[in-house]
Amino acid sequence: METKAKRGSGRSASEERAYRLWLRIRRNWQLYVLLFLPIVWLIVFRYAPMYGAQIAFRQYSPAFGIEGSPWVGFANFVRFFNSPKFEPVIINTLVLSFYSLIAGFPIPIILALSLNQVKARLFRSSVQMITYAPHFISTVVIVGMLFQFLHPRVGFTAVLANALGLNAPNWMGDPGAFRHIFVWSGVWQEMGFGAIIYLAVLSTIDPSLHEAAVVDGASRLQRIRYIDIPGLMPTAMVLLVLSTGRVLEISFEKVYLMQSPLNLAVSEVINTYVYKVGLLSPILDFSYSTAIGLLKGIVGLVLIIAVNHAARRLTENSVW
Amino acid sequence: MATMKSYESNINTVNESYIDRIFLMSNTTLLLVVTTIILLPLVYIVSASFSSAEAVIAGKVTLWPVDFSLLGYETIFEHKKVWNGFANSIFYTFFGTIFNVIMTIIAAYPLSRNDLVGRRFITFAFIFTMLFSGGLIPTYMVVRDLGLLNTRWAMILPTGIGPFNLLITITFFRTTIPPELIEAARIDGASDFRTFRSVILPLARPIIAVLTLFYAVNTHWNTYFQALIYLKDQDLFPLQIVLREILIQNSIDASMLIDVEDLVAREGLRDLLKFSLIVVASVPVMIIYPFVQRHFVKGMMIGSVK
Repeated sequence: METKAKRGSGRSASEERAYRLWLRIRRNWQLYVLLFLPIVWLIVFRYAPMYGAQIAFRQYSPAFGIEGSPWVGFANFVRFFNSPKFEPVIINTLVLSFYSLIAGFPIPIILALSLNQVKARLFRSSVQMITYAPHFISTVVIVGMLFQFLHPRVGFTAVLANALGLNAPNWMGDPGAFRHIFVWSGVWQEMGFGAIIYLAVLSTIDPSLHEAAVVDGASRLQRIRYIDIPGLMPTAMVLLVLSTGRVLEISFEKVYLMQSPLNLAVSEVINTYVYKVGLLSPILDFSYSTAIGLLKGIVGLVLIIAVNHAARRLTENSVW
Repeated sequence: MATMKSYESNINTVNESYIDRIFLMSNTTLLLVVTTIILLPLVYIVSASFSSAEAVIAGKVTLWPVDFSLLGYETIFEHKKVWNGFANSIFYTFFGTIFNVIMTIIAAYPLSRNDLVGRRFITFAFIFTMLFSGGLIPTYMVVRDLGLLNTRWAMILPTGIGPFNLLITITFFRTTIPPELIEAARIDGASDFRTFRSVILPLARPIIAVLTLFYAVNTHWNTYFQALIYLKDQDLFPLQIVLREILIQNSIDASMLIDVEDLVAREGLRDLLKFSLIVVASVPVMIIYPFVQRHFVKGMMIGSVK
């Protein structure tokens, strides 16, 4: 290469381009050295599993390994479609997910709009501090808190019910209450933290817009309606696209902790089912579990691309 | 924040109309209600944890400790499993976070450079993992085949680089480090390594703080999923798994309750212990959280610029 570096006249345009490219790569070789470990990590821990996901189309057995196990095509997928678990698991996942989305999406926006109206600094920062706090509590502790708070004998709700002369409810043991407890405890935990991003966007709205609106006699509510909300739209849209794309990724951690034999009919979701089939059942079925997981992954990918496309068409805002 | 302030002061000079005053009052009421709803469960848990077992079991505790007692805490302090979990969690959080932050920074800096050939492709390869993954079992198989199952490595190595964190770090480098600075270092004869070490790293302090917090809290301290699937050995369990056993699965070492003879008191202690444990497990994060809160906010803001 060194000898070629002298400007020869006999080289074609494409050779010249390739050579320039090589020079740019060589000039930055140290940057590639920095990238080396992260790329190795990415291949080993993120892309090797994608290659391994082909066992969804095989009948995997540890003795034969990934490539050696017999190819069965879509048999594992067909098995899942025909399984009695298929319908409840899909329905539970979708219901829990969309319920969380519908309840969890607007509330941080409302909280941010409301906080943005507060002038008193101390009050504002106290409310922020308190509402962010639950975000930092771990899922295990949150679910543990739910069990204690809603305990039919020693819980807060029981104490309250007794004081009012009512029968203490046993919500944690009631399958009908599972979804509401799951969703609203999630809202309780995340609304403050979810509002941060909207507050940040609100602080970037041009103040002259508000000044002009005040001169024109707009009320606060009107200014929220015509200035603040349109200002939040792009961010809200991006976040909505992202959460819709993750609609099948219902938090394994929390659902699994809240599961009990009593509420399994409404609490079994794709992620918990994949875990049980793959790593917990007496007869481990890696291929079947992987097939269900892969199905979820592909539907999720299609979903996020579709929603992003729709968001771009409808609102001219999108993630990419 | 400066623009925010001037806007506030301008509004202050304008007389609020009747409608606006009603609106502001209901707005304040709304925020007070929300804050109360957030605080209520927290206050209840803390109060119960400082009450006596008898008061807890009789359902007397609401918002203030009844028959103040530290019995729950004393019982926890004698519980070896909890302390072992604590120590393990600190280990995983400390070394895991160092690994995450280093990997993220050394990946993000090259990817923030416009003159890097292949930048778009490599960035996409990282971001794609946010949209699609091989799944639980294939990832488990990789960890198994590397011989990491049931070792401390399994809690650290697979976490590596979070795509969202990588994205905000790339954005940070792009928006805060002018290309002229890197060019100037090059003209001065600095290699890329040298530039990275002497120019970039000192400027990267704010983002390193943000990353440390994101990884420490979200990837390590508060999660139990990795431990659930990769660890079998009790001695390696992080705190969250121990908490799960006691809080959710209700399995409390009988030896912890051995001093208490009365069956009812023993049942009461069981519940009291849970309240105290919830408090003990959340205290470390709750203590540092007010100090680091602004970093989290900053991180979210960098993320929102994109």
